[in-house]
Amino acid sequence: MLLEIKDVRKVFGDHVILDGLSLDVAEHEVVALIGASGSGKSTLLRCVNLLTEIDDGTIHLDGEEITDPRADPDQVRRRIGLVFQSYNLFPHMTVLDNIILAPVRVHKRPPAEVREQAHTWLERVGLADKAGAYPDRLSGGQQQRVAIVRALVNSPRLLLLDEVTSALDPELVGEVLSMIRDLKGEGMTMVLATHEMGFARQVADRVAFLDGGRVLEQGPPEQVLGDPVQARTRQFLARIIEAGRL
Amino acid sequence: MTYRPSTRQQERIAYRRGRAVRSVLLAAASTAVVGLGLAFGITGAPGWERVKESFFDPETAVEYLPQILEGLWLNLRLLVVCATCALALGLLVAVLRTLRGPVFFPVRALATGYTYSFRGLPLIIVIYLFAFGIPGLRLQGTPDVLVLGAAAIIVTYGAYLAEVFRAGIESVHPSQVAAARSLGLSYRQAMRHVVLPQAVRRVAPPLLNDTVALQKDVGLISLAGPIDAIRAAQIGVAQDADFTPYIVAGVLFVLLALPLIAVTDFVTLRAARRQNAGT
Repeated sequence: MLLEIKDVRKVFGDHVILDGLSLDVAEHEVVALIGASGSGKSTLLRCVNLLTEIDDGTIHLDGEEITDPRADPDQVRRRIGLVFQSYNLFPHMTVLDNIILAPVRVHKRPPAEVREQAHTWLERVGLADKAGAYPDRLSGGQQQRVAIVRALVNSPRLLLLDEVTSALDPELVGEVLSMIRDLKGEGMTMVLATHEMGFARQVADRVAFLDGGRVLEQGPPEQVLGDPVQARTRQFLARIIEAGRL
Repeated sequence: MTYRPSTRQQERIAYRRGRAVRSVLLAAASTAVVGLGLAFGITGAPGWERVKESFFDPETAVEYLPQILEGLWLNLRLLVVCATCALALGLLVAVLRTLRGPVFFPVRALATGYTYSFRGLPLIIVIYLFAFGIPGLRLQGTPDVLVLGAAAIIVTYGAYLAEVFRAGIESVHPSQVAAARSLGLSYRQAMRHVVLPQAVRRVAPPLLNDTVALQKDVGLISLAGPIDAIRAAQIGVAQDADFTPYIVAGVLFVLLALPLIAVTDFVTLRAARRQNAGT
């Protein structure tokens, strides 16, 4: 297993967000996390990236416990990419500088080489002409694609995507989703929290439904989304259908 | 087909032009009224002749201008040194105050105590303490009064600037730090490459404004003895019993501040524009 999440608990005040949640992700696997707002999808991703400290349980990456208090979080994060709902590009840097910051400063790679790699990536995602632009000149979809490239140039073992299309206008969602589909084709291991059920069905190998701070049900997308076992899953999907999102 | 404004649009343009001419005329008229009123009010005052003699005497002004200019050169050099050092000190203290972790408790406490006490202490008292108190200790290698006075100004302004920097640092959204850390940047790297550049840009207008204030307060160093523009003017006043040198020094200070104020306005305007352009 590439990622093993075991009995993870996270509490904010007296609000239990994750209540003994367990989830395994194999290499090259794409897992979609679905569930209502506040079901802990984003919190779980932040815990895996050690941006949020867990209150119990363990998380292993490549067999190594990353939640060991003696582990260096910076070292762990270098192997995990995280893409945020609101892109979080650095507004004072150009697109190119956003992308090369971590490879140059963290991974100490030669700038010329990283720049070349960044240009190749930007070309691939159709943003070659935006390298020198500042993020506020880009559309949401373009910003999100840059944010994904920024995470990818570090060659992460695992890519976490936190509702990466939720802040986008509907007509811009497609360009980001097709990029993720390409990544799957290349064998990138991904865990994505999403509200896009149609997309989860297309791209995910497995869908996990989060409810009450645990994975209530998981399995192939056709099964979980098409013929759920749990009543809570059925309720959730019924609400999604009602909202016209499936 | 070429576009031609409709009759209605032409009417609108003509109307707006008429209004514009009207407002220019109105502004000119009201300015003239206020200006004349002020001029008559002051020159018509019973004591005007006396004031004119002792505050606006051209001969005295010319006589003391060289000394005052020489003093102003000292002010200018002091301003550059004090502004640079105070900005560096302020930034350092602001960053120290953001450090987390028990090891840094004394550093944090010291930095906090410093900003609290030196923002409250009047600059004049700090100058007296530094310029007369420190030499009183009779230590080996005590620097010149000029250096001590400058240090007093730096320490006082550093405390203000530290708070401005801190406000800037705190205004950077936590999601920016999260993004930086998620890429593997350490706290230091995130601070250096992501937080501080944004913070400094954001607080550039208030920082420059404090520099304008510093520009005037540099003159307080005359209290410690060095002959700056104010001291030079004071000597002139004492010799001739005529206040004109003060006016000369005052005008020179305003002229010195003008470029700095212009830069501040420009930066503020640009910052506001950027803010509006942002999403």
